[in-house]
Parts: sequence; C-alpha cells; structure tokens
Amino acid sequence: MKWAAIAALAALPFALPSQSLVNIAMLTAFSAFLGQCWNIAGGFGGLTSFGHAVFFGTGAYTGAILQTRYGLNPWLGLPAAFVLGAAVGAGIGAASFRAGLRGSYFALVTLAFAEVFRVLSNSLDFTRGGLGINIPLALSWRNFQFADRRATYAVVLALLAFATAAATWLTRSRFGARLAALRENEDAACALGVDLVRTKTLALALSGGLTATAGVVYVQTYLYIDPTIAFGTERSVEMLLVAMIGGAGTIWGPLLGAVVLHLVADLSRNFIATPGFAPMLYGVVLLLIVAVMPQGLTGLWERLKRA
Amino acid sequence: MLDIRALSKRFGGLHAVRDVALAVPEGRIVALIGPNGAGKTTTFAMIAGFIRPDAGTITFDGRDITGLRPDRIAGRGMVRTFQITQPFAGLTVAENIRVGAFLRTGDAAEATARARETGTRLGLGPWLDRSAAALTVAGRKRLEVARALATRPRLLLLDEVMAGLNPSEIHEIVALIRAIRDSGITILLIEHIMQAVAALADDVYVLAQGALIAQGSPRDIANNPAVIEAYLGRGAAARLAADA
Repeated sequence: MKWAAIAALAALPFALPSQSLVNIAMLTAFSAFLGQCWNIAGGFGGLTSFGHAVFFGTGAYTGAILQTRYGLNPWLGLPAAFVLGAAVGAGIGAASFRAGLRGSYFALVTLAFAEVFRVLSNSLDFTRGGLGINIPLALSWRNFQFADRRATYAVVLALLAFATAAATWLTRSRFGARLAALRENEDAACALGVDLVRTKTLALALSGGLTATAGVVYVQTYLYIDPTIAFGTERSVEMLLVAMIGGAGTIWGPLLGAVVLHLVADLSRNFIATPGFAPMLYGVVLLLIVAVMPQGLTGLWERLKRA
Repeated sequence: MLDIRALSKRFGGLHAVRDVALAVPEGRIVALIGPNGAGKTTTFAMIAGFIRPDAGTITFDGRDITGLRPDRIAGRGMVRTFQITQPFAGLTVAENIRVGAFLRTGDAAEATARARETGTRLGLGPWLDRSAAALTVAGRKRLEVARALATRPRLLLLDEVMAGLNPSEIHEIVALIRAIRDSGITILLIEHIMQAVAALADDVYVLAQGALIAQGSPRDIANNPAVIEAYLGRGAAARLAADA
C-alpha cells in the first residue's frame, strides 16, 4: 500500500500537462537525491558535512571535462564521476578521521575543502577558471541531453531510487549497524571491534561518489558549470537542509524534506522576488530546525504520535 | 592467557600506573581492586588498547598486543565494558547488542538472532525493542555485558559492573558473571565491592597509587595490612588489630 502510493506519487509528474510543472518535480527529486546522498554520511553516520558541494562540483567538472576535452560520451560521466567523487570522499575521510576529527571540526574541514576546490577551479586552466565550461548543445538521448524534462526527471528518479536503496541497505546491513554505532558512541563501537577510520571513510566515499553523479546530471541539464555553481556553499547547505528538515538518518527524511523545502521556496518566490532571498530563507529554516525539531519532520511526527 | 609485564603510564607529572604486572590464566576470574584513583581504569584502558602505555608489554594468547587498536584487540577475542556505561542511546537494546554480534558474522539475520538470544540470557528480554536510553542503571550495566558477550570473547574485561547497583541486583549479577565463567570465558574485573570480589574471584590484585601492593586469594587480601592501609589510611591496620 505504502509502496503503491509512493510509486504513484513518483509517476505523477509524467502525466503533468506543462513542462514547467515537470521541471518543479524534477528539481524536487534532484534535491531529494542530493539530500539522500548527504544523509548516507551525515544522517546515518553522523558525519555532518558542511561542504558536500566538493563532491557535487567534482562530479560536475568530471562530466564536463571528460566530454569537452576528451570527447567521452556523457553517459560515461556518471560512473567516472562516481569513482572520482568516492576518491575525494576517501581522501577527505582518511585525512580527517585518522586525525580524530568529528562533529563541528569535521564540518569545518569539509567546508574548507569545498572552498579550496572552488578557488582551484577558479584559477586553473584545466577547468577554464572563472569562465566556466559550456557544453555544446546537442539534444539526443545518446548524448544525455533531453528536450523533454520528463526524461531528465526519469534519470533523477532512478538515481534517487538507487540512493534510497543504499540508505535502506544501511538500516539493515552490518556496515550500517557499525556506522550507526560510531555515530552514537565511538569508544563503545571501537571496544566492540568496529574499525572507526575504515567505516567512516567508506561511508564518506559512498556518499561522495553518489553526490558526484548529481553533478553530471546538473551539467547535462543546464549545459554550463562554473566554480560557484559547482563548489558554492549554497549547494552544501541545501543538501544538509533537505536531509535535516525531513529527518537525518531516516530513509524517507530527505524525500519529505525536499518536498517541503521546494514548496516553501517556490511558493515564497511568488511573493518575494528579492535576489538572495533563498539563502536567507535557508538560514531561517536551519535555525528553526536546530531550535525546534532537531530530529526533523520525521522526529516531530514520532513525538506527536507518542504524545 | 593474558600476561602483563612492567606496565607504566604517566599523565604529565602524575605517574598513573607504575610497573604493574599481572597474569590472567585461562578459565579463571581475576579481580583488580584498589581505592579511587589507584589506576585501575587506566590499566584497563591500556589492556584494551584505548591508551598507549609508556612502557611494558601486554601479551594475549602468547602474542604481543601492546599498542594495538581497540577494535583489533576485540577482534582477537578480548573485549571490555565501561564503568560509565556507554550505550548507543539512539538505538534499541537489541540493536546495541547486534553491533557486538556483527564482529563474528556479516549476516544480518544471524546477528539479530544472536543479539536477541544474548539479551534474553542476560535478562534484557522485555526491553529488547525499547530504546537503550530508557534503561535503568542496572539495565545499562547488563547491556554493557550483553554487547561484549555478543562478540563471543574469550576474555572479558569488566569495569565495575556492580557500581551503582542495589544488593539484590548485585546478587543477580554475581551469579551472571559466574555463569559466564562457567561457559568457558575468562574474566578480568575491576571492582569496588569487596563482598562481590570475595564471592567471585580466584585471584586478586590490589593497586594503590598506581602500583601493585598485594596479590593473592580474596582471603589473603582481606587480611593483608598493606591493603587495609591503602583503603583506610596509614596506621589503620594496627588500630583495627588493637580494637580486636
């Protein structure tokens, strides 16, 4: 019953009459996917990253550079971005976790990494610096460029399903149990034989690899990438916000969070057209969550059910 | 089975543990006792790999494990519990124990079954699906032991599992520890409660101000003047003898 409802909801946008409505559905699913990617490390593992854009940007540039410079088929950008994103995640993870960083220190390190990547991509010729990279328009499914937003939506939906399956696996597997144990109490987990550095690093690599594939989808949809879009803080904040609104560390949290955030953001845009309003709104929402419902909407629901 | 030689640890100017040597033979219950601040927990932390000793060697099963990481030591079959209980508060009791069970199996269903079975054996049956945060002190102590047992250790390090329990709870846990030993698991325990040590231990080591001051059977230890002075102050043994 639950599954049928979810499937029906996910399929609904295919029947929507206008491309702009489909676009909203696609963007919502895209946010949900990014939130779910963050959730794998940040929610289930308690690795609260403030710089997940580092993976998104790595993926975006991987996809863009591989096709413009090396003429690779853009579809191959997906696996390539996954591998590179995972490698970046493993690198950041190994360095941070070996040094015993956690909590807000780890958050700061990830933020710093994203900034370093932004500055690098802004100054290197390889990434065409601040000019950014344009992808030549060549609409065809073979070229991973779609005229119809419904096709993009289908791709995003598939990725979202994959990430959600990974999250579900975390709630059932040994790896997930160890990750949760580390999130709850590191000393106790280590005493029970959990390898801290290995487990956390793998979680960040998995999360980073998945996040990077989103970068490829972005590039194929908007045909342009520059350092701020790729590695900007707004992306990092949106990802963690989506997961936290819905409920970090839960399977459905990011999906719920994405729907709510997009409803709020898109509706408010109709009334307030000031540029820079979205980041401000994100700030307010983040404050409210931390103060009022640290467990997100899922946690709030559980609390109301008990009360 | 466990052999410790010349173990030392300094924290700045404080010589927390000095030249400690002790042996835990297979199949026995060995107790490490001493007044507050004697260095018991530091010794434990070094044995389990949480603190690196400045000097000395720790041999488990004939292999040197000095300086090994805690998770590696757990993998070799020696697992500790914590004096200040460290539950995974956001998880259920069964999920807590399952983390331990996963050390010996990658199969989720098998780990779950073993966790529930271990929890039930330790009297946590009714709480298995409740949050670990909801447990009483006695329940948390049992959870510590259950998690450690679920890893199928060969040597169990128990750090004050009776502290904070009432007499009937202590009585139950003493029986439990004895049952664990009878199932073939060797035990090294830190304890404050002499009555429990006397009832359980085959061998007792006494630590005071970081150094071993006595070793022997519980009966020997209870009559040892050095031990009485360590607990009650200088001259206490003589005063007690005079009063008698």
